[in-house]
Amino acid sequence: MDLHRIVDHVPALRRYARVLTGNAWAADDLVQDTLERACRKWLLWRSGSNLRAWLFTLMHHLYLNQRRSALPLQAVDIETLHDGLQAPPDGKDDTLDLERCLQRLPAEQRAVLLLVTLEDMAYADAARVLQIPVGTVMSRLSRARTRLRELMEPGQAPAQPPALRRLK
Amino acid sequence: MHDSTPHSIDENDLHALVDGQLPPHQAQAVRERLGPADAARVAHWAAQRETLRGLHAAMAEKPLPEPLRMAAGRLQALHDRQTRLWHLGGMAASVLLAFGLGWTLHGQWHARLPATPASVSSVQHFAQQAAVAHAVYQPEQRHPVEVGAAQQEHLVQWLSKRLGRPLTLPVLTQQGFELVGGRLLPGESGARAQFMYQNQAGQRITLYLGALNGAGAAGETAFRLHANGPVPAFYWMDQGFGYALSGPLERDALLTLATAVHQQL
Repeated sequence: MDLHRIVDHVPALRRYARVLTGNAWAADDLVQDTLERACRKWLLWRSGSNLRAWLFTLMHHLYLNQRRSALPLQAVDIETLHDGLQAPPDGKDDTLDLERCLQRLPAEQRAVLLLVTLEDMAYADAARVLQIPVGTVMSRLSRARTRLRELMEPGQAPAQPPALRRLK
Repeated sequence: MHDSTPHSIDENDLHALVDGQLPPHQAQAVRERLGPADAARVAHWAAQRETLRGLHAAMAEKPLPEPLRMAAGRLQALHDRQTRLWHLGGMAASVLLAFGLGWTLHGQWHARLPATPASVSSVQHFAQQAAVAHAVYQPEQRHPVEVGAAQQEHLVQWLSKRLGRPLTLPVLTQQGFELVGGRLLPGESGARAQFMYQNQAGQRITLYLGALNGAGAAGETAFRLHANGPVPAFYWMDQGFGYALSGPLERDALLTLATAVHQQL
C-alpha cells in the first residue's frame, strides 16, 4: 500500500465508519463527507505529515457534528439487522451481538476502542485524531473494554474497578 | 505510560501488552509479572481485540462505490498538486495557485501522476532510495539498525571502511535526536550507509549517504527537498558523496536538522 494514495486509505475509513456508526449507509455517507471536506480543507494539510491520521481526524469531527444534530434517541436500525442477516452464517449471531453491544458503548469510548483495535493505531496517534490527551485515551480504553465485556457476558464479567491499580 | 521501572506494572501496561504497543523486552517483563487475575484479564482483552478486528474485515477487499472513488480521485489530484508545490517552494506559491486551482483541476481528476518522472537525475534517484530506505527501517521495532549506538566507534570504523571514506557521525542532541545506530545498504553505485536517530517523541529520522557517480557528482549542491517519496527528505551533494536526511517532519524542522548535519560533516 502506498500511503500517499488516497484511495488506499478509503477501505480502512469505510470499515472504521461502518463499525463506529453501526450502519452501512451512514458509514459511506460519513466517508463521502470526509473526503469532500478534505478537498475543501486541503491547503491546511502539510505535506509530509500523516495523511491517514489527518483523514481520521476530519472524519471524527464530522461524526461528532452529526451526532450532535441527530436525534438523541436512535431506534434499532433496520439496516444493521439486514446487513447482519446477510453476513456469512458462520458466527453471524456473535458478530451481530458484538455490533449491537458496541453501539451501546458511549460514542467516545467506542471511537477509542476501534482506533486502537480495528485500526491498530498507536495510543499517541489515537490521541491526536480524537484531540484528547493520551491519559484520556487510556481511561476511555479501559472503560470501553470493561463495559463491552459486561455487555457481552452479562453476569460473568468480574466487577473490576476501571480506575488504575498499581500492582506489586 | 509505559512504566520502565522493573518493580511495578499498571493497567496501562496491560492495555499496551494486549495492543502490541510495548517494546519486546518490556512486553516480556510485563508478561513475567502478571498475576492470575491480570493474566485472565489480558487473555480476555486479547480475545476481544481479535473479535473486533474480524468485524467487516472483508470490506478491505470489496471494490469502492463509485462516488467514494471519485471523491478520492479529486482529493488525490489536490494532494499531488500540493506535494509538487511544496517541492517547488513553499506556501507563498501554493496560496497563489489555490486561486487558480478550482478551474484548472477540472478534467484532470482522472489523471494520475506516474510514481516517478521518466528521467530522474541520479541525485534525485539517490534521494528516492534514501526515502525508501527510511520507510523500510523506520517502523522496525526489533532490528532498526545493524549496529547500535552503544558500539558507536565500531559503527563508524565499519561503515567508513565499507564506503571508502572516513565518516563523521553528526551529533543531533541539541535538536533533540539521539543516535539509534546504523546499517549498511546496497546502492546503485556501491555501498550506502544509513544512520538512524530518534527523539523523545519516538520520531525517527535517517541520514543516508554514499558515493555517487556520473556527471556533476564531484561538485557541491544546495539543499534540495524530495517530497514525492514515502517521507520528505532534504538531500545534497558534496565532493562526490550524496547525503539525504529523511523523516516525517515539517519542512522547517527537517531543514534545521539537515543544516546541523551539513555543518558537522
